[in-house]
Amino acid sequence: MTAKLRVQNVYKVFGDAPQEALTRLEKGESKEQIFSETGLTVGVQDASFDVEEGEIFVVMGLSGSGKSTLVRMLNGLIPPTSGHILIDDDDVANCTPEQLREIRRQKITMVFQHFALFPHKTVADNAGYGLRIKGVNPKERRERAVKALGQVGLAAHADSFPSELSGGMQQRVGLARGLATDPQILLMDEPFGALDPLIRREMQDELIVLQRQLKKTIIFITHDLNEALILGDKIAIMKDGQFVQVGTAQEIVSNPADDYVAAFVADIDRGRVFTADDVSNEPAPVKLGQDTAQDAMRSMEELNRNALYVVDGDQVAGVVTYRDLAGAGDQPQDLADAMVTEYPTADGDAQLHELYAAASSGLPIAVTDENNKLVGVVEPEAVFAQLSGEESAAPEPPNAPDETGATKPGAA
Amino acid sequence: MSPADLLTIPFDDWVNFLVRDILVPNFRPFFRAIQVPITGVLNALDAFFAFVPMLITTAVFALLAWRYVGRGMAIFTVVGFFFIDMIELWPETMTTLSMIITSVLFCTVIGVPIGILVARGDRAWKIVRPILDVMQTVPSFVYLVPIVMLFGVGMAPGIIATIIFALPPIIRLTNLGIRNVRGDLIEAAEAFGSTTWQMLWEVQFPLALRTIMAGLNQTLMLALSMVVIAALIGAGGLGLVVNTGLGRLDVGGATAGGVGIVILAIVLDRITQGLGEDNGVATMSLRQTFLSLFRRGSSTVGETKKAG
Ligand SMILES: Nc1ncnc2c1ncn2[C@@H]1O[C@H](COP(=O)(O)OP(=O)(O)OP(=O)(O)O)[C@@H](O)[C@H]1O
Ligand SMILES: [Mg+2]
Repeated sequence: MTAKLRVQNVYKVFGDAPQEALTRLEKGESKEQIFSETGLTVGVQDASFDVEEGEIFVVMGLSGSGKSTLVRMLNGLIPPTSGHILIDDDDVANCTPEQLREIRRQKITMVFQHFALFPHKTVADNAGYGLRIKGVNPKERRERAVKALGQVGLAAHADSFPSELSGGMQQRVGLARGLATDPQILLMDEPFGALDPLIRREMQDELIVLQRQLKKTIIFITHDLNEALILGDKIAIMKDGQFVQVGTAQEIVSNPADDYVAAFVADIDRGRVFTADDVSNEPAPVKLGQDTAQDAMRSMEELNRNALYVVDGDQVAGVVTYRDLAGAGDQPQDLADAMVTEYPTADGDAQLHELYAAASSGLPIAVTDENNKLVGVVEPEAVFAQLSGEESAAPEPPNAPDETGATKPGAA
Repeated sequence: MSPADLLTIPFDDWVNFLVRDILVPNFRPFFRAIQVPITGVLNALDAFFAFVPMLITTAVFALLAWRYVGRGMAIFTVVGFFFIDMIELWPETMTTLSMIITSVLFCTVIGVPIGILVARGDRAWKIVRPILDVMQTVPSFVYLVPIVMLFGVGMAPGIIATIIFALPPIIRLTNLGIRNVRGDLIEAAEAFGSTTWQMLWEVQFPLALRTIMAGLNQTLMLALSMVVIAALIGAGGLGLVVNTGLGRLDVGGATAGGVGIVILAIVLDRITQGLGEDNGVATMSLRQTFLSLFRRGSSTVGETKKAG
């Protein structure tokens, strides 16, 4: 993997004579201290990170933490006070205006919080703006603009004006404008911040789907940790112009770097952040026609589980519970007799909130791939523990669940 | 006791020296040269309006009024122009119209680029702004004398005086319009790699157009209000009719000229306003700017009436 974008020790100080602030920062003075003594505002201090090609890098932080300043430095809208910003091998922080313009035309575009659509241009002309600036001829421009609008589901509105569209649609146009020139890097400064929650969800899901196919390198700014966790391959948490933690969603949630991050993590929507894969265990199946009931019971004792899945070759055949097997006493017993064939299943990338119903059946949830092959098992306790934020809690000792016979049919 | 007892400054002598002994002898050819394009445009327009029959001119203006304002204004245009013709002031009105168009044309050609330029930098605006303030506060009579000395008398000097008087609003409003373009749109245009020209042409100018049109409208109204004054230094047209009437204490003649100016003012004002509204994009702030200008515009018409 190659880093598409490398940011190295970037600082931004607003005001005259910013060097003063840099020396003070070196001495360890805080942002407030510097502001009250010199009137200089530290926007971003010592930001360093790499973004891999095709990755969504999310920067999350409260208002005034320097997110917009940071993202605007990446395409040179704000020149950094010091540091390097490397896109491939060009340093955005130290290049001529012509080079910068060329980079913006070829490699990096931006989607804005308040859409920033040109009100005097049609939707197609808005989407084709970058192409027009690059000098693409009108026919090709129109084709490519409409294609980009198609990607966001707005091709039919090509000849409307932005004021005729709803907020969500306007931001789709903003996204289409960003995509039309086929840039490698897309900067998104709180793109869904001005949308209401339902539309925002929808747009998040659409972005995920779109990204699967486009594989752009995306820098996504948000002040909403849920959004960050849902979208981000990697997440940076920002405070007072500094990164306090950079990591994957799981790393940040399970291991917050400090109280500031922990406070955010406390009220995330875990049901949407975590997936079945995050909480699943080894499947450790027993094999039909090969393992006996005693083998299965021994296995459960060893693994400290109440139930195990039975596979027939590759396919899931059913589930056996300790309680049912134990009920038959010591007599040798065929697994097929004790096997329950109605069991809950889920995809590996199913979100936890989709597993509530399945988890309440009491049986472990079979995580299967598209060929119905068992890839993992989710214990109901694990779902609820993860939802309540107590994932590190010790697993309960096996105690046979009641009424396994009442299991509702699985989603299979 | 007053400062004058101690020292008197021969300010008037200084100015006389500057104009008579420095500007006039040394820069005469330069000032002559300035007149050439103005005279050229004016003569062409004057010849054009003299050539086109009255009915056709009226029809064109009525159609414009219909298209950009409404039927009422179209009717007013027809009735007003017929009235002017019937009081036998049509040729003078066309001369005045040519002068107005020439002045406004040069104001636009000079004013819009200056407005764009000063919108780009605060330093340029700091220099230009006081100059505009002076241009707008100095009574026009004050610069009639130096203009006559430098340019002589006639149509072209009259138009130059008109340009000086009418130029500030279009510069101011071009500047305002460009500066008021939303910052995030500028940022967006920049983020996609626009050059300065592309930014200006694709984003700033179209979005400022409404405000610029409002400036054009104001400039036009100011130019109309200079018609009578410009006639003092030899410009003809309706202004001359009014002046002649005043000189002979001929109330009827002066009023006739005044009424002609007012009719022309109303027609031109409404049509340019309609043009402005038709262009660009309605945004709240621009609309408000426009409405406030509309009020000022009509007060200018009032002044014109008084002048007549
Ligand atoms: N042009 C500027 N001049 C001076 N200070 C600025 C400027 N732009 C931003 N700042 C300051 O820099 C800091 C970071 O601002 P920034 O806009 O990057 O925050 P943000 O994280 O994007 O906040 P929000 O969520 O409100 O958009 C703030 O303290 C802000 O006041
Ligand atoms: Mg911001």
